[in-house]
Amino acid sequence: MYVYDEHDRQIAAERVAQFRDQTDRALAGELAEEEFLPLRLQNGLYVQRLAPMLRIAVPYGMMRSNQLRRLARISRDYDKGYAHFTTRQNVQLNWPNLEDVPDILAELAEVEMHANQTSGNCIRNTTTDQFAGVQDDEIADPRPYCEIIRQWSTFHPEFAFLPRKFKVAVNASEKTDRAAIQVHDIGLQIVRNEAGDLGFRVHVGGGLGRTPMVAPVIREFLPELDLLTYLEAVLRVYNRYGRRDNKFKARIKILVKALTPAGFADKVEAEWAHIKDSPTKLTRDAIDRIKSYFTEPSYVSLENASDLLAKQRFENRAFDQWLSHNVDTHKKPGYSIVNLTIKETGTPPGDVTDRQMEQIADLADEYSFGEIRVTHQQNVVLADVRQDRLFELWQAIVPMGFGTANLNTLTDVICCPGGDYCALANAKSIPVAEAIQRRFDDLDYLYDLGNIDLNISGCMNACGHHHVGNIGVLGVDKKGEEFYQISLGGSSHHDASIGKILGPSFAREAMPDVIAKIIDVYVGRRTEEETFLDTYRRIGIDPFKESVYA
Amino acid sequence: MPEIVLHNGSIKQDDWVVVPRPEEGESLNVPDQKALIPADLWLAGYERYAGRADIGVWLDSHQEPESLGDKVNELPVIAVNFPKFTDGRGYSIARILRERLGFENELRAIGDVLLDQLQFMKRCGFNSYALRPDKDIQKAAKCLGFFTQGYQAATDTDTPLFRRRAG
Ligand code: HEM
Ligand code: SF4
Repeated sequence: MYVYDEHDRQIAAERVAQFRDQTDRALAGELAEEEFLPLRLQNGLYVQRLAPMLRIAVPYGMMRSNQLRRLARISRDYDKGYAHFTTRQNVQLNWPNLEDVPDILAELAEVEMHANQTSGNCIRNTTTDQFAGVQDDEIADPRPYCEIIRQWSTFHPEFAFLPRKFKVAVNASEKTDRAAIQVHDIGLQIVRNEAGDLGFRVHVGGGLGRTPMVAPVIREFLPELDLLTYLEAVLRVYNRYGRRDNKFKARIKILVKALTPAGFADKVEAEWAHIKDSPTKLTRDAIDRIKSYFTEPSYVSLENASDLLAKQRFENRAFDQWLSHNVDTHKKPGYSIVNLTIKETGTPPGDVTDRQMEQIADLADEYSFGEIRVTHQQNVVLADVRQDRLFELWQAIVPMGFGTANLNTLTDVICCPGGDYCALANAKSIPVAEAIQRRFDDLDYLYDLGNIDLNISGCMNACGHHHVGNIGVLGVDKKGEEFYQISLGGSSHHDASIGKILGPSFAREAMPDVIAKIIDVYVGRRTEEETFLDTYRRIGIDPFKESVYA
Repeated sequence: MPEIVLHNGSIKQDDWVVVPRPEEGESLNVPDQKALIPADLWLAGYERYAGRADIGVWLDSHQEPESLGDKVNELPVIAVNFPKFTDGRGYSIARILRERLGFENELRAIGDVLLDQLQFMKRCGFNSYALRPDKDIQKAAKCLGFFTQGYQAATDTDTPLFRRRAG
């Protein structure tokens, strides 16, 4: 994992001092609210329904155990003792005091953490696959490139006041996309060209929110060393020509659409021609240096523990289910990737208490080289667990609430905080997730249904990614009452697509029944190998409509 | 006379006046002192203005610095207007003027220029700042100097941190 050197430490300390000064000036009335707003947002500080909210960056979702322990302590000392893992791989505190934020930032800086650019109209935290570096289907480890982008985007002087927020995601697997790159402003797919050189396929102009779009490809192959100059060209074109007259039309996706992807690409190429060989061009040396932080942990040489696991599975059905669903294959023999689901029915998806954070930190130390990853599905990954210790780990996590063996099933819901916390919400989303989890409480049935992404957002900002859920639920407001609109057929993977709206919305009480009817159509019409999405794509939306609105 | 801040944080009297764009049907009224006129009007009246040490131009945030082309260094001052401090186009304009067009003279930020943006302006190549009058000019030096270094190459340094680390 990346470790700060004296430069990073100095910049982090200077940032804390700067924000302390800004907060002092805001509290002294020297900064108007509208002047302080973008400054505090660039430090992750929202003012929310009940209190401020602080969004802390977890670069590309990776943390060390001491960092998570510090988050636990901060949430206890400055907040109500819990935090929230978000779909952007960050961590949010829901109730800090404004006056305390500079101190919180200072505490974070001590463990090489920060809240820089987690909000506001600037380049946000770059996200990636939570399995980066540990599965063998990736072309190259995406994390060094994420770190390179992190450094380049941090306090970039030209891009701190963009028309709108800007998100970059990187994916490296040919088989799958766990980073949802095609619904980001820039999605980078790591590829090799015919000559075998490493580079990126560049998607620009995806995003959710009010006008959801899947990002078109604007460059099939960008050589590795050109990464930053090309990003700089894209951002410069966006900064200069993106719409600023209307907040809803200010995202880069609108510009790409207006110019057409080819027209936009031409503008970027023209800009890039001027800066391609500028000092921002990466060097082999710089890449190697960053890569040296992402070398493998000290794995021991092991055989796969197949016999042992077979025996343990045979003796314990619940362990067997967990192993089948929450544990993934690892590139190293004898190791596995463990997904801790933070989806116990009755707790809001992604919410963790201070005690749980400490438990996760302890588990990471004990079982996974002290390293933790946050996923965009609001779960946690221990990436390097010895297979011969899986049973022991599983026994430890079940009482902690992380052992629900429902990864990627219908009840592994992505859910935004909605009306319970968020000032922008049209409707609550947490109780909807819970009602659906209660309705589908039979694991065998869930397994039979296979992978289904159910995503819930409390308003069209789409923090819960509802557009790209196989089943999406969107909170809507009708004359002051909360209703829910359903969309079907979304996907955030390589076959990314935006879900189609089913029809009129439903009252909250009706939601579990509606979902059940949708599921019944799938069960009735699927062929043996089909996932929900396959069946939907084959039969279209009408059969679902007919059943739900019958 | 109003004061401006220089990139090293020092403060000096400002002897330039910004001439607003004339209304439709009116003509440009250039005063009898150092004046910054709209860049497109300077180009339109090039014969008249070129080479004058008392005439500079200002660009608005939607305008194209490229339009000044290789004439930039005939201008003693180019100002870039920030109609709103959240309008970040001026940063890109500044870098293009400095790095692409090779502008070497005074590059000034005007308009909604606040303290917390000065550091970004400096890195993008501005070397004077007409702070919004209600802001405390005495705090400018501090705000210009919060950071002793940046990660990126920009106008102030052509060695991004990754190159310095290598050295
Ligand atoms: C609680 C306070 C929150 C506020 C005020 C808030 C605000 C917003 C707003 C205004 C947007 C719309 C952006 C657009 O137009 O595209 C947005 C989008 C988004 N937010 Fe949040 N959000 C909050 C919490 C969260 C949380 C908890 C998560 C993660 C669980 C999250 C993740 C996202 C994501 C992924 C998007 C999608 C944007 C896109 O790709 O287009 N937000 N949020
Ligand atoms: S989707 Fe809407 S309700 Fe949910 S967190 Fe985002 S802004 Fe709030």
